Amino acid sequence: MTSRTRAFAAALSLTFLLTACNAGSTSDDPDPTDGGDSTADGTAAPAGEDTVRIGLVAEPASLDFTTTDGAAIPQALLYNVYETLVKIDQNGEMVPALASEYTVSDDGLTYTFTLQEGVTFSNGETFTAEDVVSSFEAVTNDWTVSLKSQFDIIDTVEASSDTEVVVTLTAPSNTFLYSLTTRVGAIFDSNSVDELATRPIGTGPYTFGEWNRGTSISLQRNSDYWGEEPYFDQVVLSYFTDATALNNAMLTDGIDVVGTVQAPEALSEFEDGDFQIIEGTTNGEVVLSFNNETEPFNDLKVRQAARHAIDHQALLDTCWDGRGTLIGSMVPPTDPWYEDRTGDYPYDVEAAKALMAEAEAEGVQVRLRIPTLPYATACAPVVETMLEEVGFDVTIDDLEFPAAWVEDVFTNADYEMSIVAHVEPRDLGNVFGNPDYYIRYGTPELRALLEEADTGSEEVQVEKMKEAAALISQDAASDFLFLLPNLIVADPDITGLPQNAITESFDLANLARG
Amino acid sequence: MLLRLAQRFLVLLASLVVASVLVFAFMQVLPGDPARVALGMNSSAESVEAMREQFGLNRPLLVQYADWASGMVTLDLGVEWVSKAPIAPQLVDRVAVTAWLVVTSMVLALLIALPVGTWMAVRHRHADGVVLSGISQIGVAIPAFLAGIILITYFSKRFGWFPSGGWTPPAEDPVDFLSKLVLPALSLALVQASVLSRYVRSAVLDVLREDYLRTARAKGLRPMQALTRHGLRNASVPIVTVLGLQLATLLIGAVVVERVFVIPGLGTFLLDSVSARELVTVQTVVMVLVAAVLIINFLVDVLYLLIDPRLRTGAR
Repeated sequence: MTSRTRAFAAALSLTFLLTACNAGSTSDDPDPTDGGDSTADGTAAPAGEDTVRIGLVAEPASLDFTTTDGAAIPQALLYNVYETLVKIDQNGEMVPALASEYTVSDDGLTYTFTLQEGVTFSNGETFTAEDVVSSFEAVTNDWTVSLKSQFDIIDTVEASSDTEVVVTLTAPSNTFLYSLTTRVGAIFDSNSVDELATRPIGTGPYTFGEWNRGTSISLQRNSDYWGEEPYFDQVVLSYFTDATALNNAMLTDGIDVVGTVQAPEALSEFEDGDFQIIEGTTNGEVVLSFNNETEPFNDLKVRQAARHAIDHQALLDTCWDGRGTLIGSMVPPTDPWYEDRTGDYPYDVEAAKALMAEAEAEGVQVRLRIPTLPYATACAPVVETMLEEVGFDVTIDDLEFPAAWVEDVFTNADYEMSIVAHVEPRDLGNVFGNPDYYIRYGTPELRALLEEADTGSEEVQVEKMKEAAALISQDAASDFLFLLPNLIVADPDITGLPQNAITESFDLANLARG
Repeated sequence: MLLRLAQRFLVLLASLVVASVLVFAFMQVLPGDPARVALGMNSSAESVEAMREQFGLNRPLLVQYADWASGMVTLDLGVEWVSKAPIAPQLVDRVAVTAWLVVTSMVLALLIALPVGTWMAVRHRHADGVVLSGISQIGVAIPAFLAGIILITYFSKRFGWFPSGGWTPPAEDPVDFLSKLVLPALSLALVQASVLSRYVRSAVLDVLREDYLRTARAKGLRPMQALTRHGLRNASVPIVTVLGLQLATLLIGAVVVERVFVIPGLGTFLLDSVSARELVTVQTVVMVLVAAVLIINFLVDVLYLLIDPRLRTGAR
């Protein structure tokens, strides 16, 4: 008998060797007050009455959006922890935030902001004009992400008093005020910027709780908030890499809200009345991008043929369950200069074939080099089929996102076609106005329009942006497959969820249960 | 025996060094620039260059390797490039999570496989033995992640008995911890139990044909008595070998199952780090997995010596 038990004891001892040293160490060290310890791997506090749990897809790589790109950081922190002088509301309107009001000089060069009084940062420091000055100057001096270039136009930032800031520009710019509503406009406490990566300090309705790497970020209600205090004591943002796991968590009450549905074909699971489904718009234009510089898409006729070849409604129905909006150009319906441009290139196989024949491009080989993202992998086969119908010879090439895709397609423009959602707000100029951007467009005609739009009056801006959108559509600089929908699933009693996802923030301030 | 042990140990050390060089070399050919991934799409060439400098990517490869290797030995791995979070404490946490999963699954698998495998062997000419054998064949063919999805569909979504995913450390809430551990551990264990029970069956079948077992029966022991007193120890040598190999596959299976059940273990850590191109973290996690497999094999070797006296004295 002893011999047998010894054999099993040996096998068991092997397994114990693996655990003994560190099995219990996971929960020893979360220390929300210290903050330097954002990696602690405890779980968030158990969900009670006053906690709402929101499931999202991409976990931030860092908490510091001054040095790290990616939509996940501002999604969690902007408007919730960090505030801006002005912000964009649900209707796309600019509204006051940390600035109670602002004036613009007649020449469009001087902006004077009057600041809210009685505002404190979550570390107790008082919010003053100096914080605005240091935050804005840091964008130019300390930020490393490319977004910082939006502030290149600033000449000076001065605090004329504790509650008044004057910004002067080197040239009039309509996009400047808008950029203040995005992350570059975030106001930091001037004394704690060296802790951005570990302990975000802001003036917002929530304070930063803790970050359990790989699992969740928690935000606590800011009981000293200068505005209306939020309803929930705590918001837990849980991160799921897998869309199915996210849906499962919702179905089994692991979370209260699915912040963005990444598998729209699975929405039927939620249509039994136990959940509310919110469907709105985003800023995410899913672009079938062409490399305008190289064969064959340097030929207008080939680009036009490709646009005529796509049956957009059928494509949307097939690859994104019919959820989303057809746009026709690079403008979402919530922007002031939106026009329906879906009629520019109606689905017409014969016209496409004729254009291909004129361009002598029948059978031309093109690589469709797509990022490994749900919408791209879902839509690429549909695009392939439709283009081959009119004479393209398409090869789909999946590239790991972000690393491989960014290097090959985005940086080196080694591609003919790609599919990617450009999710930044008001990004027509960024994407199409720059001849070095991977689409390699940026014609002088378009650049002139963008320049006039940025420096003119508000009416001129709207008019010129409409012309710019018409130009890139008619010139077939790319095809615009559809606008990603904002799809949210939530428990029926949750209110205050954003209908449209049109800012960089997942605005949690108005969330309530009731 | 000591000489043999020392030999095995030297082989283990040499394997670890070779593996570290290979892992490091693989990272160098991975496409995508970590600095550009961190800075985002529109970043300028200068800022990417500055970030590369900050990450230490411009140093000679040998220096980078030496830096990493010495960090592994001294357990001072520095901080992640992007999040600035220290790597070593995260690694310890993640290893603990995965270890819980793997060890629980292995224990469960053994608890299922030993009796079932023995039963299949003893009853191999009877209907129940054949049916069990057939079921285990099907189990072998099912990947762990699929088992996970099936378990979620029934026991979480339909019956609502267990959560569909997530993780709570045991010290924080033992009940919650267990309820979240059950499904992922089962999905790994069921597949492992199928594989193991096949080996237990054939090992026991081999033993059943041995002369000494017939002798034991002749002495008047009942079949089960003969098997447990004389057979199982002999059957355990091949089973321990397979156990070692299977523990390695279990570790890799855990990487996938963690994804399905949203568990913040080593596998999730690895995949997230690959996608963020946190190369030092990726290298370290892969090395931890490689080291675990090598050490398991080493321990299996040691176990042979303990189980089988012939290996102890006879060989050298």
